[in-house]
Amino acid sequence: MELLRQRQIINKAALALSMAAMAFGLFWLIWILFTTLELGVAGLSLDLFTKMTPPPNSSEGGLANAIAGSLLLVGLATALGAPIGILAGIYLAEYGQRTWLGRTTRFVNSLLLSAPSIVIGLFVYAIYVAQMGNFSGFSGVIALALIVIPVVLSTTENMLNLVPDSLREAAFALGAPKRIVIMKVALKASMAGVITGILLAVARIAGETAPLLFTALSNQFWSLDLNKPIANLPMTIFKFAMSPFKDWQELAWAGVFLITLGVLGLNIIARILFRAKHKL
Amino acid sequence: MSLTHNSIADVPAVSHKFGDWLFFNVTRAFAALTLVMLVGIIISLVISSWPALQKFGFGFLWSRDWNPPIEQFGALTPIYGTVVTSLIALVIAVPVSFGIALFLTELSPVWLRRPLGTAIELLAAVPSIVYGMWGLMVFVPIFSKYVQPLLAGTLGRLPLIGELFSGAPLGIGILSAGIILAIMIIPFIASVMRDVFEVTPAMLKESAYAVGSTTWEVVWNIVLPYTKVGVIGGIMLGLGRALGETMAVTFVIGNSSSITGISLFAPGNSIASTLANEFGEATPGIYTASLIELGLILFFITLVVLVFSRLLLLRLSKQEGTKT
Repeated sequence: MELLRQRQIINKAALALSMAAMAFGLFWLIWILFTTLELGVAGLSLDLFTKMTPPPNSSEGGLANAIAGSLLLVGLATALGAPIGILAGIYLAEYGQRTWLGRTTRFVNSLLLSAPSIVIGLFVYAIYVAQMGNFSGFSGVIALALIVIPVVLSTTENMLNLVPDSLREAAFALGAPKRIVIMKVALKASMAGVITGILLAVARIAGETAPLLFTALSNQFWSLDLNKPIANLPMTIFKFAMSPFKDWQELAWAGVFLITLGVLGLNIIARILFRAKHKL
Repeated sequence: MSLTHNSIADVPAVSHKFGDWLFFNVTRAFAALTLVMLVGIIISLVISSWPALQKFGFGFLWSRDWNPPIEQFGALTPIYGTVVTSLIALVIAVPVSFGIALFLTELSPVWLRRPLGTAIELLAAVPSIVYGMWGLMVFVPIFSKYVQPLLAGTLGRLPLIGELFSGAPLGIGILSAGIILAIMIIPFIASVMRDVFEVTPAMLKESAYAVGSTTWEVVWNIVLPYTKVGVIGGIMLGLGRALGETMAVTFVIGNSSSITGISLFAPGNSIASTLANEFGEATPGIYTASLIELGLILFFITLVVLVFSRLLLLRLSKQEGTKT
């Protein structure tokens, strides 16, 4: 009986600790979101979307150029990276399941998926910025696209693997060539999943700062020229948050709020979309 | 489904063959691009850091000098900062993540599992710059005012480990960076652990319950041994994240390029934070090359950790495949 009591006490203690751990995890989530909401909403105003980033210590100013720059960078990077990721994912799922190239790519892709994004920035600096001689919006697009590819690749492959082979066989039986079977049957059937992957990739790069440090840099003014440094939200937040100026810090909080809202929103939409389709 | 008959039937068979061949090769080329990217990163970083590699040789790894004006560079301080902050993060994050995974798989009422799991996954999606800024503006002031004096007064008085918790409570420093990193990687490790725990066959667990095991005994003696490969893989995945994390660390580590002692309260820097702070103002030549060599070292370390992690996770999924 003594032993049983001892075991039960250990069990109770362990389970209590487990609950404490869960509370600990949620505690930070709630605290961080609450701060972002509180300070971010305070900084929200129409000026945020219409005025340029201000010089220090001027009360007038917004994030218009940074928001536009971020939208441009993220949009172009997705447009560049997503098709590459989808096509490579198609190879892995439809052609290269058991080939050497397929297996190696799958493994290397899983490494790139978690590789430090700052190294991607350095890579683009070395191959593009250093060769061209100046920081530019386009180098930022390349860096972000390189982060999009692995995310889209792995979701596309996983989603195509969920499509039952009988569907493909039915299409083959009608005489469709393989590329038509893939594009019009397999890919179409897994469209919701592929779009989920793209949304998650957008959410991932929307807040990425490290790869932009050596590529797109930042710009105090309105510019959509891809051959010049371009303003963007993460770099602006970085600069403003590290500064001692109160009004800059307030703008940084507003920027953090916008990014967090966007990223969490995209994640939630992606989940809903995926669940609606797959009834999970 | 508009598998339009005209688009298929009207095209002669030869051009179908060509179309298929072209499509196959295009997808294969893009798959190969992923491999090219990995090799390209390594080659381009080696080439760009060549002047530094040549000048400092292996001494770069254990030299503490980081002196831009006299062009003397050594990586020991950033490597030390990177490794120590990541270790602090693991010490905190591993037990907490284990607790969360245990809660989500064994304890939580079923209706709560999905919302709580989603909340943890959302925490993983929050961009690191948010953690960094929150860390600097909210966490650091509270940490230096209340937590650091407390730590110095308790753990700081112990022999041996007391040194770690001594010094001025600045708030920013290696310990703060480690804690922020821990908060960041908890969701990653916890969600991998949860997925891995769910792999355990229900029959094994039910057998253990049937002979009278408590929940804790089932987790500790059945689930954990069965999934240990995957659990270690998940921890390594979190470590890979922590090593390369830039923004969350740069905000709070204090950015000092000299090691003054072993105190964790002291400011320091990591490889990523050094790059983030100094790259913009580095002069071309040996300074930039040294910074890129730092990046190369970081890539090498994380690659080793990630390869190890993925191999372990693959082994678990294979083992699962053969047993069911």
